[in-house]
Amino acid sequence: MAPILFHLFAFLTVAAAVGVVANKNAVNAAMCLLLCLVGVAGLFVQLDAYLLAFLLLLVYAGAIVALFLFIIMLLDMQGRPAWGFQKLATLASLVALGLLLAGLGSFVARGQLEAPNPNATEGVGAALKPYAYQLFTTYLLPVQVMGFLLLIAMLGVIVLSRKVDRPEDTP
Amino acid sequence: MIAATLNEYVILSVVLFAIGFFGVLLRRNTLVIFMCLELMLIASTLALVAFSRFNRTQDGNTFVFFILTVAAAEVAVGLALIVALFRSRRTVQVDELNALKH
Repeated sequence: MAPILFHLFAFLTVAAAVGVVANKNAVNAAMCLLLCLVGVAGLFVQLDAYLLAFLLLLVYAGAIVALFLFIIMLLDMQGRPAWGFQKLATLASLVALGLLLAGLGSFVARGQLEAPNPNATEGVGAALKPYAYQLFTTYLLPVQVMGFLLLIAMLGVIVLSRKVDRPEDTP
Repeated sequence: MIAATLNEYVILSVVLFAIGFFGVLLRRNTLVIFMCLELMLIASTLALVAFSRFNRTQDGNTFVFFILTVAAAEVAVGLALIVALFRSRRTVQVDELNALKH
């Protein structure tokens, strides 16, 4: 049962990711991103990271994708050519994709990665205690820095979204 | 009990990253480029969680916390920038945003 679940979620994730890139409509791309997030959350559950799966859905699907949809509707980009590609850019992105996939191929050719005894018990990330312990001991300083980063980001957004009086706006 | 091998998870993560990278280079709409950036971030978190699970350590899982925080801050600032850009230039297509080119 479990291998089927892995392949199901992997297929869902990759198909949704292709949908994000290939969709002409930005709203559809955001919906595909949502689907991709659900797939990744399912994979997290299979990796025993229940808290992270929950947080991913909460933060990404709940906040970030909603914000994306809000901005897409705010900007209203109807009537724009969504699909006009420059030849050089298309070629360059195809080359970059090919290089990444070649790296993947060399990785696959090297054989299995070492995984010491994964089937012994549940993963470490299944319980909540290890997260709290690490966040308040080893990673205490990064947590403070993250708090500061969020504060600065909030201030930056307020400054950026302020209405600026430009000369052509004033009557 | 775990369903797939570490290799399968890493391959999936690399494929997701490659798709996101391809989208960043290919698409012309700033919002879609931003979504593809998020896709790349998610791919990296998947690799971190898989390595953490298979090596039975906690650090990778904790690091995903920080990635989520940075992604949230990044999206907030980035979308505010895009809205400010749209206000002044009336477009979000990257090939029309060429003020620094000339």
